[in-house]
Amino acid sequence: MTQIGLFIPCYVDQLYPRVGLATWRILRGLGLDVEYPKSQTCCGQPMANSGCGDAARPLAERFLDVFGKYKHVVTPSGSCASMVRNHYDQWLAGKPGFDHLKSNTFELCEYLVDIVGVTRADGDFPGRVGIHMSCHGLRELRMARSSERMDAPFDKVRGLLAQLRGIELVTLSRPDECCGFGGTFAVAEQAVSCMMGRDRIADHERAGAQVIAGFDMSCLMHLEGLIRREGKPLKVAHVAEMLEGARLS
Amino acid sequence: MTGHPERALPFVLDQPRAHWHDESLWFVRQKRDRQASALPEWEELRNAAHAIKSHTMSRLADYLALFESNAVANGIQVHWARDANEHNEIVYGILAERGVTRLVKSKSMLTEECHLNPYLEARGVEVTDTDLGERIVQLRKEPPSHIVLPAIHLKRQDIGALFHDQLGTEAGAADPAYLTEAARGHLRDKLLNAGAGLTGVNFAVAETGGVVVCTNEGNADMGASLPPIHIACMGLEKIVPRLADLAVFVRLLARSATGQPVTAYTSHFNGPRAGGEMHVVIVDNGRSKILAEETFRRSLNCIRCGACLNTCPVYRRSGGYSYGYTIPGPIGSVLAPHRDPAAHASLPFASSLCGSCSDVCPVKVDLHHQLLAFRERLVKEGKTSSAKSLAMSVMSTVFQRPWMYGAGGWLMRRVVPLMPRFVLYGPWNPWGLQRELPPMPSESFRDLLEKEETR
Ligand code: SF4
Repeated sequence: MTQIGLFIPCYVDQLYPRVGLATWRILRGLGLDVEYPKSQTCCGQPMANSGCGDAARPLAERFLDVFGKYKHVVTPSGSCASMVRNHYDQWLAGKPGFDHLKSNTFELCEYLVDIVGVTRADGDFPGRVGIHMSCHGLRELRMARSSERMDAPFDKVRGLLAQLRGIELVTLSRPDECCGFGGTFAVAEQAVSCMMGRDRIADHERAGAQVIAGFDMSCLMHLEGLIRREGKPLKVAHVAEMLEGARLS
Repeated sequence: MTGHPERALPFVLDQPRAHWHDESLWFVRQKRDRQASALPEWEELRNAAHAIKSHTMSRLADYLALFESNAVANGIQVHWARDANEHNEIVYGILAERGVTRLVKSKSMLTEECHLNPYLEARGVEVTDTDLGERIVQLRKEPPSHIVLPAIHLKRQDIGALFHDQLGTEAGAADPAYLTEAARGHLRDKLLNAGAGLTGVNFAVAETGGVVVCTNEGNADMGASLPPIHIACMGLEKIVPRLADLAVFVRLLARSATGQPVTAYTSHFNGPRAGGEMHVVIVDNGRSKILAEETFRRSLNCIRCGACLNTCPVYRRSGGYSYGYTIPGPIGSVLAPHRDPAAHASLPFASSLCGSCSDVCPVKVDLHHQLLAFRERLVKEGKTSSAKSLAMSVMSTVFQRPWMYGAGGWLMRRVVPLMPRFVLYGPWNPWGLQRELPPMPSESFRDLLEKEETR
């Protein structure tokens, strides 16, 4: 059984290929047995979040066909990982292999920390960085404790990034407010969506960030779209790109 | 048809005010965080509250019957209303039979839901909301814009102008203490001359047959104690089994709602005062229908603390009125489409599904999952745009065929960079109104991977 089936979400494949490649290199660099099944496309999240379950179901079924055979499925997207883990039940419950798929699909940082057991990231990333905690990774996968909850704090993303040499992680006034992407929400509610995005960017700016780091390119695409329209000097970066050059152990 | 996006737009366009609204409510959220973090057992309390409510809902009929018999034994007259109209008839009936023409009310979202005020006013009853915020919106002939902070959308200057107009305060005066004092004098007069007082109910205790009202201004207590008749109106989900259960809810309610450790007044009404009458009106108005639905049942656990509104990044930036329903915010977006799916079809979509509401909710209503579930139902029932469903099924068709997906992606990455800006960013591209599209890379990940592997 190949250990890892690499799941590169459709929009990352088409629009952010460098993020996919960085993920591939990180996993390979750890000496892991990774495969990228070429018949994969989309997990169905855009359809499911629009309420179009009938359009999402065949994609969920396909996903199980394509990825059911791997020990683990890893993806550089909290949102897509959550789709498989938390929202496939309605279509796939009881299907052979689904329980395994559901409990073995991981977002990249989660996988590194929880499954591979990475505790050290030896690399460089000079600059002031604000972390954007995308909501689905935060509140559905629990990659960190959300600010609403009062149990013991933890943060799997910060834990990795904080170790890079030269990085200064800035403190935001609202540590995990939504950026307003939200899939079709970004279009259907564009006025509110863009105001949310601009407010997030302003928070990062006030905190002195030069780079907004995140683990979901979809949120970063929305934020970057606003940043570029306004000609701001801020950059966005996916954690995979930031960790690509580091030695993880 | 206008939905949430259209109603939100003017609110967002007034950026200074939208920012002020956002900050005001975020301030309340932060107060809530400070109070909640002071209790090491906060998450356990939420679990306990969720468990108590879920248990209660699982045998609601039994607890309602127990409440009624204990309340009756306490000398309370219990009435049952199937819907808003029956509720209004019952309240009016009580007043009319006793010749009452002046009613004072304390905060009750249920009576807003039932549109009691206009019903009574049309029948010659003068109704005065005595909660300060409620009175403000009543004088402005507006509904509340928030379930706990009804006038949160107004600045003190707005209130100063309103009071100058209606209560004769000095022109230009906007000092909160001065305005509150003026309102107090005005309301005291109304309270002293009322023939009956109506209150909402935060909790109805089955084991004791009494009701509990949590407020900050003391107006509910005056309204229930000065006039000889007290009418308490409650949705049938307000029941808790035992007095001891209140220990859990009272600790959660004020902390979640306003970031106070406890409301200034937690008043227990266990029967009529000497020589007076007490009535409790128990209202269904669609609740039993929700109770019958596995997916949505948990929304009845709501204790109307308003925390999900305060934390909601959409509510804070679009205001209460953009929801077009008595209860705005995430909980309103879950409740409204039960009442009228077509009229409120945009509400479950007025959310980025960030899940902050579900994490902040003191009784753990899974709000963002309910919003998602409602989206699917609305699509199935044909209450949403058919163009969107069509687009989604086309996308699904493409994604089911890797070659089509590959070719489509290739084409997009080639064609988009060739398009002139005025075509790409025309009015048909809502993404591009305020945002750039991502730069199109010449190669996909698959292309890069092939090169990587032959390296
Ligand atoms: S759903 Fe939860 S957070 Fe929202 S008002 Fe009700 S109890 Fe409060």
